[in-house]
Amino acid sequence: MTVYLVRRLIQALFVVLAMSVIVFVGVYAIGDPVEILISPDADQIERERAVRALGLDLPLWQQYLVFLTNAVQGDLGRSFVFNEPALKLILQRMPATLELAFGAMFLSIIIGLPLGLYAGLRPNSPASKTIMAGSILGFSLPTFWVGLMLIMVFAVQLGWLPSTGRGETCSVLGFVGLTSCSSGTQWSFLTLNGLSHMAMPALNLALFKISLVIRLTRAGVRETMLMDYVKFARAKGLSPSRVTFVHVFKNILIPVVTVVGLELGSTIAFSVVTESVFAWPGMGKLIIDSINVLDRPVIVAYLMIIVLLFITINLVVDLTYSMLDPRVRLESKA
Amino acid sequence: MTVASTPASPAAAPTLEVRNLRTHFFTRAGVVKAVDDVSFSIGRGKVLGLVGESGSGKTVTGFSVLGLVDPPGRIVGGEILFQGRDLTKMSEAEMRDLRGNRVAMIFQDPMMTLNPVLRVDTQMIETVLAHKKVSREEARQRARDTLGMVGIPSPDERLKSYPHQFSGGMRQRVAIAIALLHEPDLIVADEPTTALDVTIQGQILAEVQKLATTTGTSLIWITHDLSVVAGLADEVAVMYAGRIVEKGAVSDVLDAPLHPYTFGLIGSVPSRNKRGEPLRQIPGMTPSLLNLPPGCAFRTRCPRAAEVCMAEPEIRELAPGREARCFRPMNEAAEQAA
Repeated sequence: MTVYLVRRLIQALFVVLAMSVIVFVGVYAIGDPVEILISPDADQIERERAVRALGLDLPLWQQYLVFLTNAVQGDLGRSFVFNEPALKLILQRMPATLELAFGAMFLSIIIGLPLGLYAGLRPNSPASKTIMAGSILGFSLPTFWVGLMLIMVFAVQLGWLPSTGRGETCSVLGFVGLTSCSSGTQWSFLTLNGLSHMAMPALNLALFKISLVIRLTRAGVRETMLMDYVKFARAKGLSPSRVTFVHVFKNILIPVVTVVGLELGSTIAFSVVTESVFAWPGMGKLIIDSINVLDRPVIVAYLMIIVLLFITINLVVDLTYSMLDPRVRLESKA
Repeated sequence: MTVASTPASPAAAPTLEVRNLRTHFFTRAGVVKAVDDVSFSIGRGKVLGLVGESGSGKTVTGFSVLGLVDPPGRIVGGEILFQGRDLTKMSEAEMRDLRGNRVAMIFQDPMMTLNPVLRVDTQMIETVLAHKKVSREEARQRARDTLGMVGIPSPDERLKSYPHQFSGGMRQRVAIAIALLHEPDLIVADEPTTALDVTIQGQILAEVQKLATTTGTSLIWITHDLSVVAGLADEVAVMYAGRIVEKGAVSDVLDAPLHPYTFGLIGSVPSRNKRGEPLRQIPGMTPSLLNLPPGCAFRTRCPRAAEVCMAEPEIRELAPGREARCFRPMNEAAEQAA
């Protein structure tokens, strides 16, 4: 098990390395940040000074080596635009994105699994058909449109929920009663006001995932119910609830965990649309802004963090997998 | 109606008596009469071999007894009297009480019958606890003892294993152990040795036979393998296209089959004694249950078919303790008698 983990981490290292090369070269190819960053009426001397200060005068491979040397020491470069460490910029925005992504994931599981289970167990009931039709809507309606509709209905017309921003935030260390809600990493889900701000964007983000979980669960249930071991479980005289929640459920969790894990990664990395619609100050907005002004260090740092995130999530999925399915053994075969 | 190779003692009522059972499947293409007017009975501690080709309705008969026929299938007629109580009239809760407890089932493919993601102890203990109010520890002990009884070495350790850590034969033993947990009065065994090696098959047959005689458990042994029936069963019922076409004591039926289908089946079995001779075979294929020929369903493949076979034959007693559903049985004497 330990050997397995070490091997996975070494593999991860290589993936990060490969990724950094690709991203670095890719961003270099997109365009010259100097054109955007330096005012057009600056003279030649000023230009050259700026270029040298940003380290853009070196050949690409040297720029890359400098980046790599710094990266090993935990420095992913300074933003050209904000003149702040890129890592710090990203980490500042991360909690907002993380809580939104986990909120959406949570919703998709607690809504998707029961609905999918029901639709799988009673495939012909009108309720199941409604659920399945709804899931098609969830798949096909564009996120931005649903977001706008949510705002129109719940914020503008009903006035139940705030339309934009994160609301009051609190740090995890700021225990209830203590007034440390002003320092440390800020989370919205710790305050009621913050939760009300989170509700709509999280639901918006979750809609696609709910549909996905419903369909996966339903397909899994339909398939598993036909298996001999389910009939055998019934032949043993077990109650229907035991058959469903132990024998069927544990088997359908395997594909659900895989897909939900991968979805979590992409939600964290690419929830740009929802963040824009609800003016949620997360990483997605930061990366889009950075791409617009070719803020190379931020882009590179962001993508590196996302790669790490995906690797971690995949590892967690594999570990969960081995817990759910005894036939999967995490062994390191040389 | 009752068929017995040895005269049953008058006090012993049959463990199971199935009367005119009909289980039909209502599919889009039409009504499939998977089990059509099937009657048989089994005495205490007796083994009934239910023989037939794939799709002849043997398995559905077994599922009907346990009340495990799933839609679009449904028992549409007949009675299943288990110790005098009609199972077709029982509520689902009553049936659940009986299943795995008084009536158990063993499935064909041991690779598929155990849930792959649950440990063997979980799957055994839940069965004990479903029917008995005992502590988990007692249930575990019962599970361990039963595993030992079916010949699984070091059952304590094996309880903690997952099904994929067992071989096919061992898995089938686990499934049999699960069926035996509550010492049922009846076990429906659906081709339990078909997927196994001959040597393992032999071991399992011997053990099942021993268990049946020592505990008084009755067995319905569903199979297409006549040699298994010959070695194990007391009585045999041959099914064709959803109906029983012949039944009687095993030795009688195998030695002198009355129905041409049984005759054909026996002829299809390769044997040492017929070395060098080409195997006899039954021409044609089992007809689709959706599209049975009128009259005798076997008529189109029968070498003895005649004008009279255009009518539907009823099952009738052709000799003492011998019944067949045929107008022109193999046995000439029986034909004249009838």
